[in-house]
Amino acid sequence: MKDVVAALSAVEVDYPGRGKVLGPFDLTLAAGDIVGLVGPSGCGKSTALRLLAGLEEPTRGAVRRTAGRGETSVVFQSPTLAPWLSATANVALPLELSGMARAEARLRAGGALARVGLADAVEARPAQLSGGMAMRASLARALVTGPRLLLMDEPFAALDEITRRSLADDLLAIWNEARPAIVFVTHNVEEAIYVAGRVIVMTPGPGRSAGETVIDAPTPRPPGFRTTELFRTAAEAISNRLADATRTATGGAR
Amino acid sequence: MKGLSFFAPIALIGAILVFWQLACQWLHTPEYLLPTPIAIGMALLRNAPLLALSAWRTLAMALEALLAASFFASLLAVLVSLSRVLERAIRPLAVALQVTPVVAIAPLVVIWAGVDHPGRAVVVLAAIVAFFPIFSGTVRGLTSADPDLERLFDLYGARPVQRLLRLRLPSALPFIVEGHKVASGLAIIGAVVAEFVAGGVGAEGLAWRILEAGNHLRIAEMFAAVVALALMASVVHLIFQVLEKRALAWWRGR
Repeated sequence: MKDVVAALSAVEVDYPGRGKVLGPFDLTLAAGDIVGLVGPSGCGKSTALRLLAGLEEPTRGAVRRTAGRGETSVVFQSPTLAPWLSATANVALPLELSGMARAEARLRAGGALARVGLADAVEARPAQLSGGMAMRASLARALVTGPRLLLMDEPFAALDEITRRSLADDLLAIWNEARPAIVFVTHNVEEAIYVAGRVIVMTPGPGRSAGETVIDAPTPRPPGFRTTELFRTAAEAISNRLADATRTATGGAR
Repeated sequence: MKGLSFFAPIALIGAILVFWQLACQWLHTPEYLLPTPIAIGMALLRNAPLLALSAWRTLAMALEALLAASFFASLLAVLVSLSRVLERAIRPLAVALQVTPVVAIAPLVVIWAGVDHPGRAVVVLAAIVAFFPIFSGTVRGLTSADPDLERLFDLYGARPVQRLLRLRLPSALPFIVEGHKVASGLAIIGAVVAEFVAGGVGAEGLAWRILEAGNHLRIAEMFAAVVALALMASVVHLIFQVLEKRALAWWRGR
């Protein structure tokens, strides 16, 4: 049994005025797990991430985290870089806030940027980076602390198809070095299958699991993985499940 | 096209002046009602050293007021941003101070601060006028940081001072600069209005020149002082506009 990094047990979250947005929902993350969360907008995916990050408390249920705050990183849909800081200074920020000396932090930030392919852009400001490059810098900032838990909230959703594919490959290559647990929230079924070892479909409000599909393939993915039978079968199963979940929810509302 | 838009305002001003000059000549308007532009120009030249000195005094008082307003408004804005209750407590007072016409408070301030030092009363009044845009801009800026960046700072366990210095103040910079630009114009208006009310003796800024010339029915000199005031205020506005543009370019990184 691998170490549990974080676990949600029967968590439910109510928001004032919106009622229940999540739950009951269970999720156990072991070291090295990559879990894809797929679901329509407003299904509580982001809420689940915030619970895992310890940024929010559940209304009911329990959250267990063995990864401390310094060992948890979050990547948002927008790169969320500070416009007034260079790429290096942005990436060094989490280290500097935790008390690391500036020179040491900047050195490590430079290393993290090189690892995501931004060695030439260390001095650039976010405004000078393309969307894909800014997201790489955001990823470097998430990785620079050596997290055990990496939470990604639709990280590549705003990027074009070619860029998101190359970022998915880079993400898996980086994952392969330190093997953190990753939760990857996305709207995109194909992307979820490509990145995640298991894909959980969530129902819309309140978000619950509508079932889990294990993607039994080596990670990082072999070339041509997207055209394999396994990929196609999984995509079909997950798409059907997603359609069912959405239909049940809208049917229930009628 | 660019040349046209550059010369358009100059051409308009020229046309107005020519029309004014000719109309005065045809209608034989008396000098004490409406002097001709040429008479005003002569008055401007004749009184240039005195007007320059008075303009400098008004400017110095306005800048002193701007500095004082900047100091107190920024300090108060930072305090207010740290405490919801404090913000609730202070805001109505700040608004009341802002909506009360400066002319109405001026006699009081003159009694308190300015009986022997008219200049001091002028600075205080101009500072009161300049206070609000800086205060409200800074408060708005300090609370307008990217919410996802705020979440990252939560995640990194940033201390309140770190959050203020490394996230909220830099995020607020565009608002702070804008507030100062607006305040610089208001400080000049405030200084002139205050000098009118204070009577001007001793402060001897441009408002005093206008009053004095008016008392002697030297209308051309009144106009000359107004022109000097307009020129000075325009130059200040231009300088702050350039400063704002520079600061924003630095902040955005392009």
